[in-house]
Amino acid sequence: MRVTIRLFARLRDIAGAGEMTRETPAGATVGAVWAALVADYPELSPYERSISCAINADYSRFTAAVSDGDEIAFLPPVSGG
Amino acid sequence: MEGGGFSPRQATAKAVALQQLYSFVVSSQTLITSAPLDLHAIAAGLDVVGIGAVVTFLGLVRDNNQGRRVRHLEYEAYEPLALRGLDRIAQEAGERWPSVRMAIHHRIGRMEIGEASVAIAAASPHRADAFAASRYAIERIKQIVPIWKHEFFEGGDVWIEGATADPDDEAAREKAMKVACA
Repeated sequence: MRVTIRLFARLRDIAGAGEMTRETPAGATVGAVWAALVADYPELSPYERSISCAINADYSRFTAAVSDGDEIAFLPPVSGG
Repeated sequence: MEGGGFSPRQATAKAVALQQLYSFVVSSQTLITSAPLDLHAIAAGLDVVGIGAVVTFLGLVRDNNQGRRVRHLEYEAYEPLALRGLDRIAQEAGERWPSVRMAIHHRIGRMEIGEASVAIAAASPHRADAFAASRYAIERIKQIVPIWKHEFFEGGDVWIEGATADPDDEAAREKAMKVACA
């Protein structure tokens, strides 16, 4: 199945793109999508402990399963205000 | 019923019209925008009939941060989730302070020193609730709203990274509540 990945702020800078599509096995979790991303961009690795994730613009967990067509967002620590 | 009063159908139509108007008012209370923030317009957009206090807060771009001389900031957001975050904060504040009506607007894009990045207005019959709710809102924005500052300073640039966003983190929420009620 195919998912869209969204990256923001420093994560976007590291990957060189804010949006990309990825093939991912059926039943994959958000954590598996992240692990595949880190394999491509090892510099993302230190963010594992501090990022949040979202599925289709709703906060989610790394253990959540993703579905075909989902938008998976990885969010570094926020700094609004 | 002839003559005076509304027929049920008229009453229903009026209720629907009011509901539509109300939902419009409510939905306009939170905003992510690249346009400059107009605090007076934001406060004026609140229904202040019977209200005794409006507290407004403006967050401005500072010219220094952690010893760096800041030139300008660029704010980035995951817009749909950021808007949901602002709605959630207004809802949380509404649960804690039921009399308070809030507007929360956050600007994104490039901002110069002194420009407003965030504007909050809290209206309430009583000032204590309005002060507390506005303070709670800015604390929660810094905890759970997916917006990031890219700081451009003399000699370089850096993404500012604050809190790991987790709306279900009750300890963070309690901390914001404690600050608001101090």
